Amino acid sequence: MELKSNIPAGPMAQKWDRHRFEMKLVNPANRRKHTIIVVGTGLAGASAAATLGEQGYNVKAFCFQDSPRRAHSIAAQGGINAAKNYRNDGDSIQRLFYDTVKGGDFRAREANVYRLAQVSVEIIDQAVAQGVPLAREYGGLLDNRSFGGAQVSRTFYARGQTGQQLLIGAYQALERQIAAKTVQMFPRTEMLDLVLVDGVARGIVVRDLVTGEISSHAADTVVLATGGYGNVFFLSTNAKGCNVTATFRAWKKGAAFANPCYTQIHPTCIPVSGDHQSKLTLMSESLRNDGRVWVPKAKGDQRQPKEIPEAERDYYLERKYPSFGNLSPRDIASRAAKEACDDGRGVGPGGQGVYLDFADAIKRLGRDTIEERYGNLFEMYERITGENPYERPMRIYPAVHYTMGGTWVDYNLQSTIPGLHVLGEANFSDHGANRLGASALMQGLADGYFVAPATIGHYLGSTKLAKVDTTHPEFKKVEQEVRDRTRKFLSINGTRSVDSFHRELGKIMWDKCGMARTKEGLQEALKLIPALRAEFWKNVRVLGSGEGLNQSLEKAGRLADFLEFAELMCLDALHREESCGGHFRVEHQDEGEAKRDDERFAYVAAWEYKGEGQPPVLHKEPLVFEEVKLATRSYK
Amino acid sequence: MGSMRITLKVWRQSGPKSAGKLVTYQVDDCSPDMSFLELLDVLNEKLIAQGDEPVAFDHDCREGICGACGVMINGHAHGPQKLTTACQLHMRTFNDGDTITVEPWRAAAFPVVKDLVVDRGAFDRIIQAGGFISASTGGAQDANEILIPKPDADLAFEAAACIGCGACVAACPNASAMLFTSAKVSHLGLLPQGQPERYQRVLGMVERMDLEGFGGCTNLGECQTACPKGISVDFIARMNRDYLKATLTT
Repeated sequence: MELKSNIPAGPMAQKWDRHRFEMKLVNPANRRKHTIIVVGTGLAGASAAATLGEQGYNVKAFCFQDSPRRAHSIAAQGGINAAKNYRNDGDSIQRLFYDTVKGGDFRAREANVYRLAQVSVEIIDQAVAQGVPLAREYGGLLDNRSFGGAQVSRTFYARGQTGQQLLIGAYQALERQIAAKTVQMFPRTEMLDLVLVDGVARGIVVRDLVTGEISSHAADTVVLATGGYGNVFFLSTNAKGCNVTATFRAWKKGAAFANPCYTQIHPTCIPVSGDHQSKLTLMSESLRNDGRVWVPKAKGDQRQPKEIPEAERDYYLERKYPSFGNLSPRDIASRAAKEACDDGRGVGPGGQGVYLDFADAIKRLGRDTIEERYGNLFEMYERITGENPYERPMRIYPAVHYTMGGTWVDYNLQSTIPGLHVLGEANFSDHGANRLGASALMQGLADGYFVAPATIGHYLGSTKLAKVDTTHPEFKKVEQEVRDRTRKFLSINGTRSVDSFHRELGKIMWDKCGMARTKEGLQEALKLIPALRAEFWKNVRVLGSGEGLNQSLEKAGRLADFLEFAELMCLDALHREESCGGHFRVEHQDEGEAKRDDERFAYVAAWEYKGEGQPPVLHKEPLVFEEVKLATRSYK
Repeated sequence: MGSMRITLKVWRQSGPKSAGKLVTYQVDDCSPDMSFLELLDVLNEKLIAQGDEPVAFDHDCREGICGACGVMINGHAHGPQKLTTACQLHMRTFNDGDTITVEPWRAAAFPVVKDLVVDRGAFDRIIQAGGFISASTGGAQDANEILIPKPDADLAFEAAACIGCGACVAACPNASAMLFTSAKVSHLGLLPQGQPERYQRVLGMVERMDLEGFGGCTNLGECQTACPKGISVDFIARMNRDYLKATLTT
């Protein structure tokens, strides 16, 4: 396998424009002769499907939810970055590019990040043209706020529902194309495998989740925009349905998977309340603007927070990182919380929590101001925990939130399988080892509205494709494999539910491949995971039939893939003997601070599948930093 | 806090064409910190253990924004707590020993798929009939060239906050989709970008709404009470005005 990044030649600032000029085009009259499959309808998938439809291609879009409007992009709260420099505070494309490369701890590909920063400005224009109600000032201009890891105000927002509003914008553009019959929409339809003909991605096999029917769809190119794999941990801020199946199935067909160990743990989530916990809820990072994080100085202090005097509290972020304090970046704040709890100073049930205290802010600014700023978040917190955060400090704890790793793609967002394009969180390309706040929405929409529609046109315009339909034997073969697998789940009839296995896998991953990783822990996980997987295939109980809606069956398929994928994550984490961004190896630190090793690890780790029972093979794409100088990230 | 004993009466229906019925289950180890959907998870684990098929219900984000979940809980869409989706409703709202009846949305335009799952595809088709601004990618002017007074932008946002869950339809005795449709008509109609298609939009969407078999609005206001996002019935009045103007001028 060869990793050809296909980065265009020329100066950084001109690469994308030159590339756009040099790319092949497809004549408008010929576009409808090309069928494009888009899997996933979040920001990346919906925007790509809509735009390709507008251009006149024949698009088939798929999502497992009952409507494309439900994809998990909808849950993003904070905002979307763009280098508009509307505040005149020194922002520029170059600065957004720099912040993103640095924030990613120098593990992203420069050329892709530069393009992302360039395209960011067009995204805001497009969203406003569609009627996305982004926040405004009294003069009618767009408002901005600032976010972690940046010293400028470049984040556009729609209250605490920016993801929802941008997704609805893309969804409406998609529905418009469905009405125009350029896009055919398949909701409640899950992709279960990828089909290659002569080594080229030519279609997918899907299951209709309502009827249970398994069928094939053929196309000239396949686009995966299927999100991240955070649910490998069972408990995460991801929606319950989020899964790795599409990109994992593609991996098994030859699409290299890059940096699977890069996961983002968000510091401010509501702690686990009991064994029944099904998912975790994020509280916006913006709360750290006014909240102070602390734990008691003494271990096992059981007093109510109000009864603990000032002198007996440890405001550990302010103590350790005086210049950034409570606004330290996500990875750093998360690890510090874990350290305090591991030290026996955590608060709340089980000691897995730290306080986020607004008492000082309320004293300083008054309750009304705090209510105006964070009212909806405080309400949400109270609804979930039953505690009033105006009266007592919030309890928070880190939770899995986003995955920077994903399918390896070249500059054109094409994977190592020709004809397979991967967009948004599902690919690996832009965030390196740590994503900055308000950058996920930016990347999803950049890929979907602007990058993929151009590069896919180039692929179709420059590739000679044989005529293939679903009667091809390869489709029949993969369909049969999917049917057999589905039947297998239903026939095991063991004693344990899918969820019980998923919880166990999640615990292994959280303990051994979570916020802090060690060689021993990862090696242990690599023994525990195959054992759990073996038990799953012997002892899982999936009731009901394959004909019709069967949610246990859906979950079983997704978990089966997670049970294999988890091993790849641990393998990647074990091999990367350095700490960078979201990947913290306990052995590699300077007094608790992550210690990167650029000499040995300034590369993208792309793993190739070699067959059942064979160890995956590592390929390295060296990262060359021409524009941004390699430097240590310091927030002290 | 200790555990709660809850009796659940859950609508079970094996498929769109089968007859359904309420089946009674007991959950003895319900925690007050559980969400309502986590109670259903616990019930399902119990059912699987005893060899019964788990209850099917729609859910995804479990943080009140995707709009996937939604069931009638003791006759209330999303349950008794105001401005709260079923996934955000917590068991501390109930009492130890309570009996809770759980049913799917009831509306001709939302046929039952299985148990508590209904087909809300009609909402997507209403959006297809005009719930968008025709702005193809690439042609947009600079975002700040369109000035939008803050009150208009804020009001448009209030309307755009709809999550498309269908509680308004389920709560309405006529199973009307007026709140859903008017929220989108208002969101886009309040913005300068939405003006060119404003009247064509309202005609198209209302026509589709009627075609899907939703009932008419008789100003009962149940939709507003049930809406987890607090969408106001004022938007229905706004849509009616636009509709009237559209029928008179086009």
